[in-house]
Amino acid sequence: MRAAPAGPSGVRVLRVLRVYGRILVAGFRRQSAYLAAAFGGLVANTMFGLLKVAILFATVRAAGGELEGYDVALMSTYIWVSQGLLGSVNLFGRIDIADRIKDGDVAVDFLRPLDVQAAAITTEVGRSLFNLIPRGIPSVLIGGLVVGMALPDDPAAYLLGALSILLGITVSAATVYLVVAAPGFWLVETRGLQLLYMVVSGFLAGLFVPIWIFPHWLETLAQATPFPSMMMYPVDIVSGRVDTSGALVLVAAQVAWLVGVAALGQVLTRAGRRHLEVQGG
Amino acid sequence: MADTVPPTGLRDRLRPYRAVLASRARSQTSYRASFTLDLASSLLIGVVELAEIWVLFHSVTEIGGLDFAQVLLVFGLADLCFSLADMSFGHCDNLPTYLRAGTLDVFYLRPQPLLLQLVTSDISLRRLSRALVGATALTVGLVVNDIAWSPAHVLMVIVAVISGYATFAGMFVWAGGAQFFLIEGAETTNAFVYGGRYAATQPASVWNRPLWAVFGFFFPMAFTGFLPALWLLGIEPPYGLPDGVGWCAPIAAAWTWAWALLSWRLGVRHYQGGGG
Repeated sequence: MRAAPAGPSGVRVLRVLRVYGRILVAGFRRQSAYLAAAFGGLVANTMFGLLKVAILFATVRAAGGELEGYDVALMSTYIWVSQGLLGSVNLFGRIDIADRIKDGDVAVDFLRPLDVQAAAITTEVGRSLFNLIPRGIPSVLIGGLVVGMALPDDPAAYLLGALSILLGITVSAATVYLVVAAPGFWLVETRGLQLLYMVVSGFLAGLFVPIWIFPHWLETLAQATPFPSMMMYPVDIVSGRVDTSGALVLVAAQVAWLVGVAALGQVLTRAGRRHLEVQGG
Repeated sequence: MADTVPPTGLRDRLRPYRAVLASRARSQTSYRASFTLDLASSLLIGVVELAEIWVLFHSVTEIGGLDFAQVLLVFGLADLCFSLADMSFGHCDNLPTYLRAGTLDVFYLRPQPLLLQLVTSDISLRRLSRALVGATALTVGLVVNDIAWSPAHVLMVIVAVISGYATFAGMFVWAGGAQFFLIEGAETTNAFVYGGRYAATQPASVWNRPLWAVFGFFFPMAFTGFLPALWLLGIEPPYGLPDGVGWCAPIAAAWTWAWALLSWRLGVRHYQGGGG
């Protein structure tokens, strides 16, 4: 970091934060160019949401009106909030940096005075945050108006929920980086990994069925992965399924997964960089 | 060579398509490790989709009046048909990429119908493993359920599979035609193609009237699995539909293809070329 002039460490931290803030805004603005795509996504989200309403409401009713703590209203909130997050939480396993790593173009990125992993994740989070506007909020509004839903009365649920959504988005970006992008330093083709991520993440993140309805062993298995941190936990907090202390536990779990996934991604990036240099890239 | 003697018989006319498909199949299977991984991933997709339904039945015995064994029959029929259609028509989804890159124009240079070329330009053999999940579910569904077997029941299974395959194939073509207009908004059609697959594997008795209008009749997803399955099981259809409504599956397929071909024609007419 010779480019950065020497100064008190507090100033330096601020400067670094400002750089990543700009990257975040750039990602946000870049995504705003794809409004037609966002509209298409919203149509798909809404249609899937209505089908989820049909099958999950029928399941709750078949269970006598209450299923593992879910009544029809709470199930509705789960459905529409999770559909709304679908445009922002990365359950598809696609990330731009993956192609650059695979092709070796990432060698150029390593020359910049930025951390490759942090910059890639920040860009993704910026794009995801934009998607909350055309896909996230309308999904919840449509669901609320057409089907109706339960909302928590505790203002803390909304504050913690917003934090939890941000963490969920970041955990998903960091996990895609770790599982799909970083292996590209060693593998020629990462499409199989992307496909595998897509199949497993949606199911274990609780996209189609809340993980709390899973058989016990499957629920435990899901919680041993970062996937519930991406979607299930934020939805639990926003919908008021858990109280404040429960929400704090879930947020702590999200932070722990973020630290773990990001640290592993950093280790792989450093090893990959050495590998790249050995190849003479 | 063909340029001296114009092709006359059907066999001759089909030869170029066969050659392309055979080359695609060879190219996919030549990288053994990659192909095995692809097959495994596709298999997992099918298994997870089945698991999404199974976890619901973990907590209740009946949804929409059907138990798990009966839903297995609905899922098996619909998912087998979708997987087969996805294998042979699914690459119509790549049309926006061709449109953006301008590579679609190459097809215009060849003396063959555009749609036929696009459909036969690829075949995704990896999706065979996913069809295996649907086929297994269908077989188990046919064995464990109490079906009063007669020649008509055997015929119904055959009619349902062929019509269901044609219906889903028509959905891919319909979506392909719409892509000429949507380009960036390609995901819009996913609501009905992939949303349709999700709908088709559900017991449709849980749908309300608006959903029946969309996925029961306009995009006739209920005819790919649910309604034929009801007839096989001897269960009365919901909303006062006649008992034998499952036999209308071929009409549903024809209806889908009418929309598909209309959509495709409009799309091709709208297309102005990639500027090549």
